[in-house]
Amino acid sequence: MKKEMDPVLQMKHITKTFGSVTANRDVDLSVYSGEIHALLGENGAGKSTLMNILTGIYRPDGGEIWYKGQKRDIHSPKDAVALGIGMVHQHFRLIPTLTVAENVYLYSGKKSFFLNRDKMEKEIRECSGQYNLQVTPEAYVWQLSVGEQQRVEIIKLLHQGAEVLILDEPSAVLTPQEAQSMFDTLRKMADSGKAVIVISHKMNEVMKNADRITVLKNGRVEDTMPASEADVERLTRGIVGDRTLPEQERGQNSEPETEQRPVQDPEQEARKEAAKAGLQTSSEEPVQGLRQTSPAAAEGAAQGQKHVCGEEVFFMEEVSAKNDRGLPALKKITLSVRAGEIFGIAGVAGNGQRELSEVIAGLRPVTEGKILLSGKDLSKAAMKQHIQEGIAFIPEDRLQTGLVPELTFTENIILKSYESDRYSRRGILQKQNMRDDAKTYAGQFDIRHGGLDLPVGLMSGGNQQKLLFAREVSGDPRLIVAAYPVRGLDIGAAESIRKILRQQSRRGAAVVFISEELEEIFAMCDRVGVLCDGELMGIRAIEETDFQEIGRMMSGEREETK
Amino acid sequence: MIRNLRFRKRNSVSMARRILTPVIFVLLAFVFCGFLLAAVGSNPLAVYARMMKTVCSYSGLTRSIEAGIPLMLTGLAVSFGYRMNLNNIGADGQYALGSLFCIGFALYGPVMPAPLKILCMFLVSMLGGALAALIAAFPKAKWGVNETILTMMLNYIFLYVMDFLMYGPWKERNQMVAQTRAIREKYWLPDLGSSGINSVLLVVIAIAVLLYFFHTRTTWGYEMEVIRQSPRAAQYAGMSVAKATLLVLCASGAIAGLAGFAQVAGIIHRVQANLPNGAGYTGIVIAFLAGLNPLVVLLVGFLFGALQISAVAVQLIGVPSQVATMIQGTIMLFVVAGEFFNRYELVGRKK
Repeated sequence: MKKEMDPVLQMKHITKTFGSVTANRDVDLSVYSGEIHALLGENGAGKSTLMNILTGIYRPDGGEIWYKGQKRDIHSPKDAVALGIGMVHQHFRLIPTLTVAENVYLYSGKKSFFLNRDKMEKEIRECSGQYNLQVTPEAYVWQLSVGEQQRVEIIKLLHQGAEVLILDEPSAVLTPQEAQSMFDTLRKMADSGKAVIVISHKMNEVMKNADRITVLKNGRVEDTMPASEADVERLTRGIVGDRTLPEQERGQNSEPETEQRPVQDPEQEARKEAAKAGLQTSSEEPVQGLRQTSPAAAEGAAQGQKHVCGEEVFFMEEVSAKNDRGLPALKKITLSVRAGEIFGIAGVAGNGQRELSEVIAGLRPVTEGKILLSGKDLSKAAMKQHIQEGIAFIPEDRLQTGLVPELTFTENIILKSYESDRYSRRGILQKQNMRDDAKTYAGQFDIRHGGLDLPVGLMSGGNQQKLLFAREVSGDPRLIVAAYPVRGLDIGAAESIRKILRQQSRRGAAVVFISEELEEIFAMCDRVGVLCDGELMGIRAIEETDFQEIGRMMSGEREETK
Repeated sequence: MIRNLRFRKRNSVSMARRILTPVIFVLLAFVFCGFLLAAVGSNPLAVYARMMKTVCSYSGLTRSIEAGIPLMLTGLAVSFGYRMNLNNIGADGQYALGSLFCIGFALYGPVMPAPLKILCMFLVSMLGGALAALIAAFPKAKWGVNETILTMMLNYIFLYVMDFLMYGPWKERNQMVAQTRAIREKYWLPDLGSSGINSVLLVVIAIAVLLYFFHTRTTWGYEMEVIRQSPRAAQYAGMSVAKATLLVLCASGAIAGLAGFAQVAGIIHRVQANLPNGAGYTGIVIAFLAGLNPLVVLLVGFLFGALQISAVAVQLIGVPSQVATMIQGTIMLFVVAGEFFNRYELVGRKK
């Protein structure tokens, strides 16, 4: 990276407000050709908003965008593409029933009336060869893995002639190995003169792969630095701020969405310690390609995590199930979870985790096999019975399945118990009780909301998840199924969620914890099972295994159970 | 100039704006229709004056209510379905079958004390409407068959059944008109005092209030709302979407069927060929304009009744009565367009 060069892209004093919430406030950002620039920050810090302004999805309320030395107005995504700015969104924008080549061409400026498939496919092969982006142009998108789909998205941008590529949380859906190869590709693109902006909240990944890092907090640029000067402590301070001063923070209570919750000193110290420890593990352990992300890893290790497990609560034997397309998704899974135990499910996303979580929770029918909860057969039972038997479920898709975004806080807390005596008397909703409980939850779980009568869709991701947890654990469930419970959450919220899960397990709940972060699984769980292609590759006690072994199992290597 | 204006999403919509915007756009719709009237050679001011004069008289008022009652009921029926994203386009057919059940029971059913008989007429007309809806509801709930198409196609069937009975076995003897004979006077619902307004209006108001209460205060209403907003979350909460679909569509049909009861017991005391006369379709417009709020449906239903009455009156000055349909359609378009301004505002672009 050459400092003396002019930046290819400059955003000056960008401000954007949504109602009373300021998503970006006076943000300056300079990006140079040939660099990988990381945008780091918690959820709601304004990273995505800033990038959406750059790509023309939002209009800024104030500020200027300079591109290649000229001031530009970007009115629409089309304008952005014409300038050479493209973005890979967190949720891919691909059409599953079209082939890779067709998807790429759909967004291409070089459309002609007749399709020339050979030419299309040749161009894509050239592009994929140049940057080592392996894709099959003839393949249909629905056949592709998430990693492959991401590569298609990147090729789409390259084919549009993008000079500035923005990737929103690109590593969130990848295996450690895939993530590394993706960053290698991004490096190649930067080397060829393109500017790459990566949105992330994984500190270690960013330090390892980026050239410069800009930290956003509460919509403002908190810190910007070359990656060589970054360390965990500095980044943590940038991301979460100096939270030892809760009184002062409380004074400027203007932004409920992005505001950080004041944390007491001991927790703050613990987190800092953990963060330091996290860095140490990453430098000491020579695990190749594995992301060193969550400070939880070290913290869990520090706490020792030892507690006695009770009797077997949940048992499933040779259970198979189908996915939404009717294809086999789970193949003869046998596992059991004891009271007080946290059982981890590791594996690359899309290998049956979702189906497994839904089968256990009762949302997906079992095609064969048996499911027992404390000896009671639930294999054929409806969802309602699963709920009554005390199975709590934190679904992967928290905002469409676990919560109803258009309904209010108060209405969402009764989603599973609206027929209980507390909320319903002869079919009439007991609004006072609903309100009382909503207030209790908000206090007890420190849920920040703009108002109990506002749609939960307006709350931040972390608070939505806290609300979901508050509701799910409120009935002291016997079994908790949590699918990716901290995915996409900021550090503070993620820690609260982990804390709730630990408390529940100490209370005696059996917990099934699905995650793609190995560090987290090692920090949280007593045992871990690895899913690959719908099969359980094996089950290990945490203290008897390591990253390498689990990593091998994740890639499909079966090993005999010790 | 245009380039410097842009739309910005509103953050909140005040109550005043929410009420004023549709009113303004309804007025604009009348202005627009005025041009159309002028184009076909009528003086729009004269036409509108005549319409206003008709509605503002006392008899105009009672007739507007009379014409509005079936529209209120179909409006309530349609909005009830939409409250769970079910498109009940079949209110016309359900109204028809409801009225047939009602008149059949009234004319050919057992002799009973009047209050009991009227109650049974009330129930069988609901049953008729519900059965008409059930034919679409069952395939929808069981296999996800599109209810929009089913309910719409069924309209034709029930209207033909109605024609068959009106021109055939149930036709009043020695009459040129395709209609049944009137039911016995002791089964008529009384007028409200000497007002000339039939007491069936109270039934309609009671139903609207009940529905409002149902949506806002009951667990069933809550269940409907969850299913409407996110069927996936509903399954997650253990709700049976299929069962709710079946019940809600049938209930929607039952409400539409009550329009038949209102006519037979309250207004014309008999059934005529093509009695619904498009009320089911007008109900769709009413439901939308009322924002699916049952109480507002009453008001909008009344206004549409007034529109129909006044359109009949302007025939006397040589304007076709289809002017009512034209104005209805225009109002719908304008109010939907007006909704846009409730969500967005026009602002100058900042430098």
